Amino acid sequence: MTAANVRQIVIDIISDIAPDEDVTNLDDKISLREQLDLDSMDFLDIVMELRKRHRVEVPQEDYPKLATLESCVTYLSPKFA
Amino acid sequence: MNYDAIVIGAGMSGLAAGIRLAMFDKKVVILEKHSIPGGLNSYYQRRNFQKGGIRQFDVGLHALTNFIKKGEKAKPFSKLLKQLRLSYDDFKLCPQTYSKILFPGVELKFSNDFELLLSEVSEKFPKEMDQFLSLVEKVKGFNELDLSLGYQSSREVLKSMISDELLIEMLLCPLLIYGSAWEDDMDFAQFVIMFKSLYFEGFSRPQGGVRTIISLMMKKIEELGGEIRFKSPVNSILTRNGRSIGVNVGGEEIFAPVILSSIGYPETCRITPELAEKVSPRVGAMTFLESIFVFDKKIMPSQNDSTIIFYNNQKKYNYRPAAHYFDDSSAVVCFPDNYEIQNQEGEGTVRVTYMANYDQWRNLERVDYDQKKEEVGSSALSLVKKLSPGFDGELLFQDIFSPLTIERYTWHLNGTVYGSIDKTRDGSTPVSGLFIIGTDQGFLGIVGAILSGISLANLHGLMGAEG
Repeated sequence: MTAANVRQIVIDIISDIAPDEDVTNLDDKISLREQLDLDSMDFLDIVMELRKRHRVEVPQEDYPKLATLESCVTYLSPKFA
Repeated sequence: MNYDAIVIGAGMSGLAAGIRLAMFDKKVVILEKHSIPGGLNSYYQRRNFQKGGIRQFDVGLHALTNFIKKGEKAKPFSKLLKQLRLSYDDFKLCPQTYSKILFPGVELKFSNDFELLLSEVSEKFPKEMDQFLSLVEKVKGFNELDLSLGYQSSREVLKSMISDELLIEMLLCPLLIYGSAWEDDMDFAQFVIMFKSLYFEGFSRPQGGVRTIISLMMKKIEELGGEIRFKSPVNSILTRNGRSIGVNVGGEEIFAPVILSSIGYPETCRITPELAEKVSPRVGAMTFLESIFVFDKKIMPSQNDSTIIFYNNQKKYNYRPAAHYFDDSSAVVCFPDNYEIQNQEGEGTVRVTYMANYDQWRNLERVDYDQKKEEVGSSALSLVKKLSPGFDGELLFQDIFSPLTIERYTWHLNGTVYGSIDKTRDGSTPVSGLFIIGTDQGFLGIVGAILSGISLANLHGLMGAEG
């Protein structure tokens, strides 16, 4: 799976759990929390959706690796390989 | 039968916890003793064939606190919507007009725009305005969600900041009666939660009342495949070596590694012998009477246009069990027709809440009980007329529920509405795997209860399950 695919998977999940957020112009290097109204409960939902939809596991200690879109892609890509 | 989690009680917190668990494919069952959902915020109907047939009533809901406008972010209500994947529009929120705190010779109005309360305080208590603004700043900066905080008296904090005692009493009045399990005072963290919920954010009511909220949550659980069993009282919570392993429900044993109990902390102890050996959370003393009146017409805006009146006929606000059955020196009077004033047609409804005394009601003989309820009704009715000068509607129907009614339908010991005075703020108990959600976790109101169910389901049903 390409980096672009992984990025899109994360964006699709975010737009489902926070339907009021505009996800069209996100900066991949800036933290998602700074750009969107996401709290720790929402990050849990991202993790739960990754598991539910793609059988990808993110242990709790790795949650900080989901901070930006870029770090999401770096961290998740091997798991989708 | 084995589950991933068992939720006891299909009230606001239990339904919310069930939704979260079912959303991520956990096998969850909600066990409810009553035949309908809602818990302390349920509904009922009454027939009156002479005058108007069947009418539907809400049990508890005067107001939904934590009002937000569509699109507002990072607020308790917006978190709830996201976590339960419900849409703002589904709640059909009708905002309040305004409400007021009415004491002898002075009133403070507040609405969903905090500016109104600021201007009221500045007009009525000009000398206190600077202190009030510092209180507002303190509330804004306070992290009420820090679960490690100990008890701190709100009165002590307020006295250290505000010199006019009347202003202290008036500010405390709505916050106490809309959520305090403690008499005459409340934990400052609770004060902050309530201050934000009532004064910063404000009131609304879903069109259709509490049923709208309940049916949204029930529909969600059904869609997600969650299981709810009604008329299913949990006889005991089964434990082994300090951890909970399941429940006995109507004679059947079912098992799960996580149990979320929304029935109250003392009530949970009662059915969990191993827990009762380790803790004895005290039953609160605050219980109430509610009178509901239906008139043949609505009160006109010129007679009274406020949504809720927090009434007190003396300078000091006494928040404690009534000395003599019920205390009509103060009341909460809710005018549900004054949410977003719509048409002036149709029947009018008013609800009046008084503080009560559980023990005295418990000890009444049946005939005296009915007579005492009549006394409550006539006192409440004259208050409604006093607060709505010129209103001459004909009374079609009245219903009064007492602390015994609350106890009978919610199984809360002594008819408490705000639960135990010993909260478990993080929901944990000395029995591992068993957690308290809802009222006795201490996050109050419908929004608080729902967030309590969500957060503990997240922590112990979803995140805990990963480790």
